[in-house]
Amino acid sequence: MSAHHQDQHPLVPYRVYVVVWAALLALTAITVGVSYLDLNHVAILSALLIATVKGSLVLMYFMHIRFEKPLYVFMILAVMATYGIFIGLTFSDYSYR
Amino acid sequence: MSSPAQAAVVDGPVPYAEHYDPVAGKIGMWLFLFTEVLLFGTLFIAYAVYLNEHRWYFQEGSHHLDKLIGATNTIILLTSSLTMAMAIAALERARKMRSLALAAVTVLCALAFLVIKSFEWGEKFAHDIYPNSATMLAKPLGEQIFYGLYFTMTGLHALHVIIGGLVILLAMGLVWKGKVGPERIGFLENTGLYWHLVDLVWIFLFPLFCLIG
Repeated sequence: MSAHHQDQHPLVPYRVYVVVWAALLALTAITVGVSYLDLNHVAILSALLIATVKGSLVLMYFMHIRFEKPLYVFMILAVMATYGIFIGLTFSDYSYR
Repeated sequence: MSSPAQAAVVDGPVPYAEHYDPVAGKIGMWLFLFTEVLLFGTLFIAYAVYLNEHRWYFQEGSHHLDKLIGATNTIILLTSSLTMAMAIAALERARKMRSLALAAVTVLCALAFLVIKSFEWGEKFAHDIYPNSATMLAKPLGEQIFYGLYFTMTGLHALHVIIGGLVILLAMGLVWKGKVGPERIGFLENTGLYWHLVDLVWIFLFPLFCLIG
C-alpha cells in the first residue's frame, strides 16, 4: 500500500454492498406493504421508522461511516442535535400560538 | 548569462509539490452535505407542521400519488447507490473499466428516475394540478399545501438528481483520463457521498408523500 492509502479504510468486499442493497429493497417492500394495512396514525410513524433504518444503512455502509474514524460520527451527531434544536424550537413556538 | 543547465530549468515545466489531501477533501464534502441536510431539513419541518394542521388533507392528497411509481423510483435509486458504491470499490482495486461501467449504470439509473418523475409530474399537470392552477386553487387549503410541498420537495430533489448525474459524468471523464485513480480517488469518493445523500433524501420523501394515505 502506498502512502496515499495509509489513512484509508481497508477495502470493503463487494458482497457487503450487495447484502446492504438487498436489505434496503426488503425494507422498501415492507414499508409499501405496511402502507396497505390502513394503520392511519401509526402509518406515518412506521413509515418514518423504516425510513430511518434504511437511511442508517445507507450512512453506515454506502457512505462508509462504519469504516471511518469516530470524527465523522461526532460530526453527524452534532448536525442531528442542531436539527433537533430546530425541530424543538419550531414546535414549541407552533404549539403555543 | 545562463548555462544550458539553468536554461533547461527555466524553460521546462515548473516543478511543484501537488497538494492532495483526501482526508480534508472528505471532511469538506461532509460539511457541504450537512448544509444540504439542513436545506431539506427545513422543508421536512414545514411538512411536519402542516401535516399536524391538515392531517386529513395530507392523507387525501397522498391517496392520489401513485405508490407503485414511487416504489419503482425508490428501487432505481437504491440500485444506483449500489452501483455507485461498487464503482468506487472497483477503482480502489484498480479495475478502471469495471468502475466506469458501474458509474455509467448509475447515470442511467439517474436518467430513468428523471424520466419516470417527469411522467408522474406530467400526469398531474394534465389534470391541471400544479401550484396556482385553477383546479388547485379550488381545492381546500390543506390539499394545496400538500401539493405545494410535494412539487417543491420532489422538484428540489430532482434538481439534485440532475446535478448528481452530471457530476458522476465529470468523475467518469477524470477516471477515463487517469486523473482520478486508485491512488487518487477522492473526487470519485466525494461524488459517491453526494449521490448517496440524494438517495438518503428520497428514502424519506417517498414514504412521506406516497405512503401516508
